[in-house]
Amino acid sequence: MKAHRSIRRRLFFQLAGVAALLSLAFFLVVRELAEQAAEASQDDILAASATSIADSLNSETDGITLDLPYSALSMLGTINEDRVFYRVAANDKTLTGYDDLPSPRNSPQLGTPVYTTYSYRGEVVRAVSVVRSIGPATDITEIVVTVAQTRSGFVAITQRITATATGIGLGFFLLATALSLLASNSALAPIARIADSVARRGPKELRAVVAETPTEIVPLVVALNSFMARLRASLLQTEDFIAEAAHRVRTPLATVRAQAEVTYRKLNKPEHKKAIREMIGAIDESSRSAGQMLDHAMVTFRADSLTRVDVDLNSLMAEVCDRLRPTADLKDITIRQFPAEAPVLIKGDRILIQAALQNILDNAIKYSFDDGEIAVKIEADTQIRLSVSDLGRGFGDIDLEQLTTRFVRGANVEGIVGSGLGLTIADEVATAHDGRLEIIQNPEGVGACVSIIFPRI
Amino acid sequence: MRFHYFPTHLILVCAVWAGAASGFEIEDRQIFTADQERAVLKIISTADLDVFTPIVQAFQRENPGLSVDYTVVGTSDLMQAIYEEGEVFDLAISSAMDLQTKLANDGFAQTYFSPASAKLPEWAIWRDQLFGFTQEAAVLIVSESFFEESVIPSNRDELIATLRANPARFQGRIGTYDIRRSGFGYLIATQDSRNSEAYWRLMEVMGRLDAQLYCCSSDMIEDVASGRLALAYNVLGSYAASQLEATAGFRIVEMSDFTNVMLRTALIPVGAENVEEAQGMIDFLITLNERPELVGASGLPAIEPSTFQANTALRPIRFGPGLLVFLDQLKRRNFLRSWESSLVQE
Repeated sequence: MKAHRSIRRRLFFQLAGVAALLSLAFFLVVRELAEQAAEASQDDILAASATSIADSLNSETDGITLDLPYSALSMLGTINEDRVFYRVAANDKTLTGYDDLPSPRNSPQLGTPVYTTYSYRGEVVRAVSVVRSIGPATDITEIVVTVAQTRSGFVAITQRITATATGIGLGFFLLATALSLLASNSALAPIARIADSVARRGPKELRAVVAETPTEIVPLVVALNSFMARLRASLLQTEDFIAEAAHRVRTPLATVRAQAEVTYRKLNKPEHKKAIREMIGAIDESSRSAGQMLDHAMVTFRADSLTRVDVDLNSLMAEVCDRLRPTADLKDITIRQFPAEAPVLIKGDRILIQAALQNILDNAIKYSFDDGEIAVKIEADTQIRLSVSDLGRGFGDIDLEQLTTRFVRGANVEGIVGSGLGLTIADEVATAHDGRLEIIQNPEGVGACVSIIFPRI
Repeated sequence: MRFHYFPTHLILVCAVWAGAASGFEIEDRQIFTADQERAVLKIISTADLDVFTPIVQAFQRENPGLSVDYTVVGTSDLMQAIYEEGEVFDLAISSAMDLQTKLANDGFAQTYFSPASAKLPEWAIWRDQLFGFTQEAAVLIVSESFFEESVIPSNRDELIATLRANPARFQGRIGTYDIRRSGFGYLIATQDSRNSEAYWRLMEVMGRLDAQLYCCSSDMIEDVASGRLALAYNVLGSYAASQLEATAGFRIVEMSDFTNVMLRTALIPVGAENVEEAQGMIDFLITLNERPELVGASGLPAIEPSTFQANTALRPIRFGPGLLVFLDQLKRRNFLRSWESSLVQE
């Protein structure tokens, strides 16, 4: 699998992108509206000024007179300190005002002011022109009144509004971005939760995922669950198969062994006896392996749903030692028991712990030399240690961690028949009881020391 | 660092009279030369030399090495020098607010902003180009030999009534500005006409009483003080106040209906060569209220907003494009025609 493009990042960038677009749109609209409003208000006051000048035009006997109203120009100074220019012209001949103030390109119609923006005396001005007809019907003169004003007030207003709009837009964008981050995190939180709960499972936990699942990833979880169910079924089937196979092999083997014993007694020739003896040994070993496979299948099954009852380790140890004494006696091996002084109780599955200790002890006997000695010891302090040490050949140069893997055996097992399952069983039992298996070379010098360590409850 | 103070020795060179080269008429000119001159500040001003000398000298004490070339002109000559002839000056100081407004409006003034200008009340500054630094009321002065305390008129209606009641007594004995010749007189007259209809009635009455027309406040004050005139209307209050210290015999009346207050203004023309010193001078002028000794020496009342709270009849003339209205050729012609028909009754 290759991690490719985070959903969270994609979600975040898309949301932030939308926020940026909206902020920009907001900014542009506000600025446009502000400019329009500011321009409209300047236009209105210019038009009022020009109109009041036009209204004060009079036709008298000695020609056209103008009594420029004070308010016509002073009103322009009320909202800002912009420069003001004006011109009153008849047939493009200046009656009064600024001679060089340009006339509008399109001559205004009666009642409709014409607005223009141009540069005058080194500054951009907004100008309005209105027209008024004056004079006797026979001699009508069209008078054009133009009033112009620089735009620094207009610019100041639009700059102020633009600055505000920028601030609001930017603030909106930042807020929206922060919220996008929160939103994408919260949208993806259920996925993270499920991923976490799957990741936290032990290596053998194959139960279905039952956590609350968002609709969108239900198919994924359903597929995962069905996959795990199949895997679990397949594993169980394999274990069943092995157990079944071992069981089926063990019964005929017992028959064959009995027959071999009978035959052994009937035979006289030492070389024949020897052959049968070896045969019986091989049968024993096969039967032992089959037993271990059964044990292993049982451990796998029982560990899955562990029963926890009080188990007295001292009595369990004595029991297991008694059970294996005949095997030890065959090789003249002494088993020394060192039970704890007080009874040691742990919560667990007696059968499993028995199986574990039996396998460890069995191993010790198997790998001990004749006339050897095996110590089985229980120590209880902060934790409970159940150890078996022998003076045998040890494990040789192998990574001790690997020994608990199924079918892996020590590096010096030549000549000894074995399945490699014994320590695996012990390890699984220890793990099922929240403990661990410790395998070390015997600190006394030769041999091995295998301990199951249970936590003290 | 070492502080060393050189007292500036001001050398009064001479008064240079108007050269024939310029079209505008120079009334007076003086160069205040500094020791170790490093710069020259050229000022064109309508304020008389004796009024401004203490201010110039105080400024020079604060700016060692600065010479000041001070030229006195009339208000319209100042306008002509800068607007039409493009003469180079670093600072233009005028009592004609309307003409200064036109200079700024038509783009002949530089923008300047400083912490000192930020403290000016908004009615004393326009476009950061025009800086008001004095507030001078247009007042009525009355001769003490003509009026007893109790009958001194305190507003325009009372003044009209007084004049109407005693035509023989006041015939030829009242004075006011000839607004055709005086920019200040024109400004105050136009503002009067805006503020009250009583102005035209007063002009009618004064015209019938054969009012004497003057070019300048000082002449009117002199004639009232000497008793040749019974009263003079719209006299520059600051001049009257300083002259009252020297000559007794008249009283200053601030009209209680309204009294126009003119601001003397400074601006830096666009063609100024020594802008930095001119800006320094503007800061110096607009903080005149922090130097009471200079206010006393020059007789120029500094900007003081509290005056207007104390006397609500005082109205500062507002800056703005409105001041351009009476400068309009047609408007001016109409106004002078009305004024002449009221006052100059042949």
